[in-house]
Amino acid sequence: MLRVGAKKLAGLVPRDPSSGPVRVLPRLYHERVLDHYNNPRNVGSFDKTDPTVGTGLVGAPACGDVMKLQIKVDEAGKIVDARFKTFGCGSAIASSSVATEWVKGKQMEEVLTIKNTEIAKHLSLPPVKLHCSMLAEDAIKAAVKDYQAKHAKLNGSSDSAEDAPLEKAADA
Amino acid sequence: MASKLLASALRRSSPTTAPPLRRLLSTAAAAAVAEPYEDASSGIVMKGVRISGRPLYLDMQATSPVDPRVLDAMLPFYLHRYGNPHSRTHLYGWESDLAVESARSHVASLIGASPKEIVFTSGATESNNISVKGVMHFYRDKKRHVITTQTEHKCVLDSCRHLQQEGFEVTYLPVRPDGIVDLERLRSAIRPDTGLVSVMAVNNEIGVIQPMEEIGRLCKEFNVPFHTDAAQALGKIPIDVDKWNVSLMSLSGHKIYGPKGIGALYMRRRPRIRVEPQMNGGGQERGIRSGTVPTPLVVGMGAACELAMKEMEYDHRRISALQERLLNAIKEKIDGVVVNGSMERRYTGNLNLSFAYVEGESLLMGLKEVAVSSGSACTSASLEPSYVLRALGVEEDMAHTSIRYGIGRFTTEEEIDRAAELTVQQVEKLREMSPLYEMVKEGMDIKKIQWTQH
Repeated sequence: MLRVGAKKLAGLVPRDPSSGPVRVLPRLYHERVLDHYNNPRNVGSFDKTDPTVGTGLVGAPACGDVMKLQIKVDEAGKIVDARFKTFGCGSAIASSSVATEWVKGKQMEEVLTIKNTEIAKHLSLPPVKLHCSMLAEDAIKAAVKDYQAKHAKLNGSSDSAEDAPLEKAADA
Repeated sequence: MASKLLASALRRSSPTTAPPLRRLLSTAAAAAVAEPYEDASSGIVMKGVRISGRPLYLDMQATSPVDPRVLDAMLPFYLHRYGNPHSRTHLYGWESDLAVESARSHVASLIGASPKEIVFTSGATESNNISVKGVMHFYRDKKRHVITTQTEHKCVLDSCRHLQQEGFEVTYLPVRPDGIVDLERLRSAIRPDTGLVSVMAVNNEIGVIQPMEEIGRLCKEFNVPFHTDAAQALGKIPIDVDKWNVSLMSLSGHKIYGPKGIGALYMRRRPRIRVEPQMNGGGQERGIRSGTVPTPLVVGMGAACELAMKEMEYDHRRISALQERLLNAIKEKIDGVVVNGSMERRYTGNLNLSFAYVEGESLLMGLKEVAVSSGSACTSASLEPSYVLRALGVEEDMAHTSIRYGIGRFTTEEEIDRAAELTVQQVEKLREMSPLYEMVKEGMDIKKIQWTQH
């Protein structure tokens, strides 16, 4: 027994690959999460005072997740560009990165149908991380809402006391 | 010695291969490098990134590697001195018993106790269970109240919760913002029916050292047994059970470069403290902890204590310098770095940092080449911020951002420099991505914003 063990240690016995220690270490995150975490798409900010920009800010620092998603919309109501910034775990970063990718080039009404379950499925999020995808869905909605509110204000009668759009989004 | 034995066994079968084997067994590092991963040349794939070697280990509060000298002491007791230390009828039993007793005295002398006061257990968790539940069960007729702190290790808190279910009362003392227990609060919490005060010596998450002597004096004044979980303190700060006036002390082997699965419980003889055993059986360890004493593990823990005794001062100097180096290297490059817990009353091998505006889990995900944790290993799977940091009154958003660096005997300067470099790099990257950092830079007060709670 000892002799076999010693021989094995010394590399005399050809090693059976399946008997060796863990060969491929278990993956803790899905590939897509890792991809979006390592190479996040559309990180950055637009000028939030720009009338063509809608800003959604959701989450709370105390919960460990804050997501800011911005959309840039043309006259036809099409989202031409999107940016995000996220404070949160890797899944939250990946969810928001995916969200910006998905809203680009779509009509505003269209993006409101993006469901958190689709994002969660795309990233294979485990149950404990589902709130990240919900946050992303909320962020999209908040951004659209902010844009619409801004436009209503611009087109309609100029309302009184203007809130900063960011704070307003946070209230939403 | 053990490697010699193995090597001679090997020589009998193949004389040419002794040297590499000997090297494999005698240094942990070499063994780690030689770990036969199938694609060792191309590195290890983890978290989607190929790492060229193993990540550098900075999680010494979770566990420490076995010191090769400890392993050398243990091996003979696996290979040919395998007797049951409780066998009284033959040499195998006698020599094992002798080894166990010598280990017992090494453990005892590291904490200034008598060997008769040491009981071997499976680890600090078991010792804590025996202490908290055992004492209260034994004195259940007269004593109905336990005092502990909010920052204790989970196993003490959970034992207390268990006692509460049985009808005992428990006071969970709050701690000051630096993590230290307020002695006046402790004094006012003691009642005539208080049966135990349990305060850990060194905190596992934030490394703060409690004022043990003062607490001990207070307990003596009120004649209340004092238990301390010293798993993180053993071999790292000087311990004297008489100076601290402790009645019970929980110790662990794998935090001091010993094997996992072994711990010890110190039980004072004068005045005698008594406990109800949690495990019934053959009456080993004076009936406190039945079950065959695992000789190799006990020998390992004894050897680890013996080494700690010799090297505590040297280790402390080295580790303190490394801690300073790490903290300076990080603080030099980035702002918004907060040390959690007192910096003055702290075991220097622990550095628990919060990085403002960066979430801890995503930072951990980015630190692929550094093995650190965001707090205790027991809770690293949950999304809740650390209860220890919350007890300190750390703001919830900061509690989400903590990382614990654990420095140990085998940590090198290169590892520290690399860890600092990678941390700075990741924090900068994530701050670039953080909406909070952006808002703060714009001059907004993020505390004033009405956040939507989820």
